Amino acid sequence: MFDNVNAVQLTVFTVLFVAVSALGFVAARWRRPDDLEHLDEWGLGGRNFGSWITWFLIGGDLYTAYTFVAVPALVFGAGAIGFFAVPYTIVVYPIVFLVLIRLWSVSHVHGFVTPADFVRARHGSSTLALLVAITGIIATMPYIALQLVGIEAVLKAMGVTGHVPIIVAFTILAAYTYNSGLRAPALIAFVKDILIYLVIIVAVIVIPYKLGGWDEIFGAAEAKFAASPNPGDGVLLAGPSQLQYATLAFGSALALFLYPHSITGVLAARDRNVIKRNMAALPAYTFILGLLALLGYMAIKAEIVPLGADKATGNPGDGNTIVPLLFDQMFPSWFAGVAFAAIGIGALVPAAIMSIAAANLWTRNIYVEYINKNATPKQEAKSSKLASLVVKVGALAAILALDPQFSIDLQLIGGIIILQTLPAVVLGLYTRWFHRWGLIAGWAAGMVVGFWATYQIQQKIFNADGTITIKKEHFGGSGFPLEKLGFDTTTVIYAGFLALVANLIVCALATLLFRAMKVPDGEDATQHSEYFADQGDPRLRDLPEIVH
Amino acid sequence: MAEHLPDAAKRAERSDHSPWNWLLLLPLAVTLYPPLYNRESPDLFGIPFFYWYQMVAIGIGVTCTIVVYRMTRR
Repeated sequence: MFDNVNAVQLTVFTVLFVAVSALGFVAARWRRPDDLEHLDEWGLGGRNFGSWITWFLIGGDLYTAYTFVAVPALVFGAGAIGFFAVPYTIVVYPIVFLVLIRLWSVSHVHGFVTPADFVRARHGSSTLALLVAITGIIATMPYIALQLVGIEAVLKAMGVTGHVPIIVAFTILAAYTYNSGLRAPALIAFVKDILIYLVIIVAVIVIPYKLGGWDEIFGAAEAKFAASPNPGDGVLLAGPSQLQYATLAFGSALALFLYPHSITGVLAARDRNVIKRNMAALPAYTFILGLLALLGYMAIKAEIVPLGADKATGNPGDGNTIVPLLFDQMFPSWFAGVAFAAIGIGALVPAAIMSIAAANLWTRNIYVEYINKNATPKQEAKSSKLASLVVKVGALAAILALDPQFSIDLQLIGGIIILQTLPAVVLGLYTRWFHRWGLIAGWAAGMVVGFWATYQIQQKIFNADGTITIKKEHFGGSGFPLEKLGFDTTTVIYAGFLALVANLIVCALATLLFRAMKVPDGEDATQHSEYFADQGDPRLRDLPEIVH
Repeated sequence: MAEHLPDAAKRAERSDHSPWNWLLLLPLAVTLYPPLYNRESPDLFGIPFFYWYQMVAIGIGVTCTIVVYRMTRR
């Protein structure tokens, strides 16, 4: 388990990891509530986070450890297409700027904890709410599992193998999330983000200097891709991938704030201005992500070989290890240890928030809706705390018992299926035109098209002799070739985007159909003015006499 | 102007409409059309245009959201 371990790296990593875990337990007393046994407290940190806490929390939540290893790995392997993470995280904030403040307001008034809570009240359909909740849980689970892949990449680079360390790390994480709720990741996010900023800024100054400058780095990348038989890679986008690049960025941006864990971070904000300010301030992380992506090219220049790679068999190895290996090669051991800790802790924050968000969906939209209709706030909190444990055990089991590739495939599909909740949640914030059964039909159509499209996508390996090996027959990526629809083109489009288009068309057609058939609309429990409410306005839940 | 109205009426009047909101479309326009920036030159310190342009676009996004935030604050 500990052969060839770098003792200095492991010591620095362990010390930081333990310190942060202690912080996670202490967090229960931070901004201490009267009673943690309430979902608003455990699951949303008291709905009272200011601009700074929200910035660290959402930043720590969206820019995960997996992102930090997978984006550079994609750039390392395929080049420009991997840089889509930058336009994706540029456009997401202007897109959701107006949407999120509406969602915050109506949730503030009604005490909604999850997006499915809103859907239920707005469209008067518990079936639709259940579908939104299940979609959210399914999309989030593999995402949690992938955070483990991030930690594992770091452990591998330090020479630590075996499953015990990761089980220990996740047990600690599960314990303090259970204990402290959303306050734990909020507090840990401060440490995580400061470490990440420190490491990346040092990396983009030191590594290019050591490698002889950016000219050299991009020169090496161009040489690699020129020699590669794959027509799709390169330092610039190949013609057919331009549409894929744009739709992947746009589709991912639309999906990001539909993920339950993103919404949890938003609903924990104190008022509308906190959200607006954060939409302007969060791109600071995008800048860091862009720099990180360029580490992929630095790894090419530094001739990093991914762990497990084998030229003879053509096995590309574990691309996720290139950033840890680059740090290992470029930094003194103690600083590499800091860098590894940054990535490892970076996995804990999103994993905690995601498990809380999934647990809240379970409690509010399944447990209270179907199992215990008269649950007390204390029972709700208890149910969520237990569910957060179950979710984490499930994620751990998925990584340990199944091939991690299964989680990667699922996460890919996760982005596509969460996008199918857009009409019910986002369009629902603006209009009641869609019929509730139309939204359900659209959701189903989007799911079918999404699965069908990703099933069609093969993962190809281009051999040096010009032949193509099909490495994976199905679920080989998210870029769907339009020729499969009968178009005479090599253009590729993001499968999630295609599914969303199908979803919207069916939503509209089915709405017209159900109206024509005079199927009754659902009842809307919200009012127009509630979409603009701000901190200081009375909440309905504080005024029970208004509700009944 | 609305001071004499009761609270409920004041709330009902609220809205997020503002012509400034249109500015939020600018970051999308400059990033979601790759032919606009999918080239090598001019480079910056050896970094191809494709990359440094998109890093600059982050600043455009931030500027637009800050302007909209400040102009629509109430």
